[in-house]
Amino acid sequence: MTETVAEGATAGAANGRSGAPFEALSLVPRAGAPQSMKDFKSDQEVRWCPGCGDYAVLAAVQGFMPELGLAKENIVFVSGIGCSSRFPYYMNTYGMHSIHGRAPAIATGLASSRRDLSVWVVTGDGDALSIGGNHLIHALRRNVNLKILLFNNRIYGLTKGQYSPTSEVGKITKSTPMGSLDAPFNPVSLAIGAEASFVARTVDSDRKHLTEVLRQAAAHPGTALVEIYQNCNIFNDGAFEVLKDKQQAQEAVIRLEHGRPIRFGLPWSEEDGGDGLGSKGVIRDQATGDLLVVDVTAENAAAVLVHDAHATSPTTAFALSRLADADTLHHTPIGVLRSVERPVYDTLMADQLEAAVERHGKGDLSALLHGNDTWTVAG
Amino acid sequence: MTSQVSSPAEQDGGAAAGNHAPGTKEVRRLDRVIIRFAGDSGDGMQLTGDRFTSETASFGNDLSTLPNFPAEIRAPAGTLPGVSSFQLHFADHDILTPGDAPNVLVAMNPAALKANIADLPHGAEIIVNTDEFTKRAMAKVGYAASPLEDGSLEAYRVHPVPLTTLTVEALKGYDLSRKDAGRSKNMFALGLLSWMYHRPTEGTERFLRSKFAKKPELAEANVTAFRAGWNFGETTEDFAVSYEVAPAAAAFPTGTYRNISGNLALSYGLIAASQQADLPLYLGSYPITPASDILHELSKHKNFGVRTFQAEDEIAAIGAALGAAFGGALAVTTTSGPGVALKSETIGLAVSLELPLLIVDIQRGGPSTGLPTKTEQADLLQAMYGRNGEAPVPVVAPATPADCFDAAIDAARIALAYRTPVFLLSDGYLANGSEPWRIPEVEDLPDLTVRFASGPNHELADGTEVFWPYKRDPHTLARPWAVPGTPGLEHRIGGIEKQDGTGNISYDPANHDFMVRTRQAKVDGIEVPDLVVDDPSGAAKVLVLGWGSTYGPATAAVRRVRAEGRSVAQAHLRHLNPFPRNLGEVLERYDKVVVPEMNLGQLAALLRAKYLVDARSYNQVNGMPFKAEQLAGVVKEAIDD
Repeated sequence: MTETVAEGATAGAANGRSGAPFEALSLVPRAGAPQSMKDFKSDQEVRWCPGCGDYAVLAAVQGFMPELGLAKENIVFVSGIGCSSRFPYYMNTYGMHSIHGRAPAIATGLASSRRDLSVWVVTGDGDALSIGGNHLIHALRRNVNLKILLFNNRIYGLTKGQYSPTSEVGKITKSTPMGSLDAPFNPVSLAIGAEASFVARTVDSDRKHLTEVLRQAAAHPGTALVEIYQNCNIFNDGAFEVLKDKQQAQEAVIRLEHGRPIRFGLPWSEEDGGDGLGSKGVIRDQATGDLLVVDVTAENAAAVLVHDAHATSPTTAFALSRLADADTLHHTPIGVLRSVERPVYDTLMADQLEAAVERHGKGDLSALLHGNDTWTVAG
Repeated sequence: MTSQVSSPAEQDGGAAAGNHAPGTKEVRRLDRVIIRFAGDSGDGMQLTGDRFTSETASFGNDLSTLPNFPAEIRAPAGTLPGVSSFQLHFADHDILTPGDAPNVLVAMNPAALKANIADLPHGAEIIVNTDEFTKRAMAKVGYAASPLEDGSLEAYRVHPVPLTTLTVEALKGYDLSRKDAGRSKNMFALGLLSWMYHRPTEGTERFLRSKFAKKPELAEANVTAFRAGWNFGETTEDFAVSYEVAPAAAAFPTGTYRNISGNLALSYGLIAASQQADLPLYLGSYPITPASDILHELSKHKNFGVRTFQAEDEIAAIGAALGAAFGGALAVTTTSGPGVALKSETIGLAVSLELPLLIVDIQRGGPSTGLPTKTEQADLLQAMYGRNGEAPVPVVAPATPADCFDAAIDAARIALAYRTPVFLLSDGYLANGSEPWRIPEVEDLPDLTVRFASGPNHELADGTEVFWPYKRDPHTLARPWAVPGTPGLEHRIGGIEKQDGTGNISYDPANHDFMVRTRQAKVDGIEVPDLVVDDPSGAAKVLVLGWGSTYGPATAAVRRVRAEGRSVAQAHLRHLNPFPRNLGEVLERYDKVVVPEMNLGQLAALLRAKYLVDARSYNQVNGMPFKAEQLAGVVKEAIDD
């Protein structure tokens, strides 16, 4: 066993980072010197279409990495197939551009065998939700220590513009000249339903929000799913305009922050007897238990839900995810919907190995091969 | 006095001598015996066979086994498709197959009798459980009259034994229902057979007490039934003769032995390879018959640093293994034919990434779901060619159950040394069959140590030192294995064509042509031992060339033909890709080449294509291994032709 693989070797390198904010990465060696964004740029020419939302996400990730302060040789980006899956080529870390839909499976093998690595998956709506849907849900339920960045542009870009599993019903594309027929997935709802321990949504153009979500995802022990609404300016331009245009976003975006009342919309001005927060809020319908968007009034203001990302039950997070209208994207929650701690697969796997050694001693090959039932043939 | 053995011995076996003292039962000596236990899938026939095998192994006979069972866990009771059987061949000399035809059939019910009677030579002994021969049970399998009474079994020596009644009677003292007590009838039968063949019994009693450690009452009941069966043989007039088969001391080189099945040997081979390579073993697997036992076995050995990952599907199983390989593990995925089909794209990725990866295919009858519990060799071409693009993968095939150990180590050697996925093609017969295994000394195992890349390997024109992930070893053409965590060697690899050396994406036509040819050249250049030909007379005109599990029946057939004074040469391929360097030259030396395969001629097609040789394909795809007599006939036909 060489030092690069031995966990013992990494533990030494991890010294001196006690109390660091990223507990999920405590086994990953720290960088020896401060890093800059430049350190994470590879020498490869970026080949996305000019104006693609992927550029913004790449810049945000490269900009955020120095904050993690990890040895970059212990960072791995794994992707599948699609425009976003070219991402690893542009990161000056270890990386694998794999095959369509399989990145979560490959990353699971890597993360579960190498706990000294920080493993990131970059995928798209087709890669993660269509051809690779099975791997995504199983990675989420296992809670492997992976950070999954799902670039959702609601279209197939690399194959030149067919509808995707997140496209709105009736989408006119090359493969659906009379409109698509299938109902879309809401990736956040799907992830919550798949027992995900961390689920967030953000937008490519909001660098500050994107970075904050990445920060929380990186700190999370286990699988983190971050859906990033990403504009494909060639085949689905403006798909998220309603969330980006300042005016429209007021009504369309529900910004979630843990511990804060879920309020959005134009401010409820103090002149009107308001509190200056958004004039709309989310309350629970006492009769059905479902969530409702209401105009906030003096009578109902106290009933507005306070966002609890750490709630053990996924019920409210799921209900929040359902507020979004799949066609218009009205009432789309962004931010961290759910962030709960539960046992991490790779830790449990390593614990079993340790327990086996404690119980039976370190494996003795000769004893194994002999077993209990032998006979001897003398010469 | 080999009255029990109707077919010629695989090796010159000495005739048996009688030994009959007055007042005691007669004991006859035999050189070999073939026993088949048959019953309902729920009757515990596999367990009974396993126990008899263990007793026989510890006694020191050579042996070979053939479990044969339906895919259903509890197939409809009393029906022909529901019959499960276990055949065991044991001898005082070196044997190679589970035997063509049983000398003894233990039939637990009418279905078991009906399903197996055609395989029995006249004169064979049949022990039947008469309790199950009710009108209804017999009608269910089409017996209008009882075969025990209508004279149809006159050619055999039938022992009618009310096994269920005797077992229930023996267990009267236990607090068991009649039905529960009756369940131990397989142990009664085992006891009876153990008496008949002078098997040691301590091992079985120890086994029962440990198996039912949590239910001591049940353990004692089974031991009681087992002993009652033994005593029944000892005291009943019907069983006048018992048999001795001496240990096969001369057949075995000096050493310590155990009995081992193919899947167990293969599992141990993987653990040994991991230890010898000093790399942690990572298994990504999805349950599938007949490969699941390897997953079960490896999951027991976490104290060897073995990680087993039961994935959501076959694709994720190999995906996780490939991810672990990227991280520096000895990575393995285990499956059977349908699973290989699902893994094909990832195998192609592994070819492109040039990472070590073992793909273990325990072949079964196909196509599609096919015959999950039956054996076949029809995945050879899938392993060779079943991918998009030019995606060469080395192929290694074990010859016998015990050989699965060495074959696994050999496959790991190739994967690690050449940074390539490797197919290990076993099959259902090898997986479940067993034989004695001479346990190797750990210090005699090959060194598989791997050197990971640790620094730059290339100097640019301006003198800068860089790491090129696709700069190859000039001898092996293997690329460096640089695992994450190694500073300065950060690199990106993927399934898109790569530029030679740098590994950067390249769509350049000349580069693609070069890379395709280079990947092929790497596999073609893998070092494998020359093919060894066994041609004792040196006068043979016919060569029998097999691969994989046909080794046993092919070798037994060749011995039979030679015993008749005729010449035939034999060779067996362990490496199907690349072939041994001397294969073409060997093929040219013989007038005729006979290729027996459990498929429709896949190796023959490869040989014809590569060496332009008129290979004679002999095929069987009935889910069972060849019989020695059958292949002997084929060889003689080729000689005479």
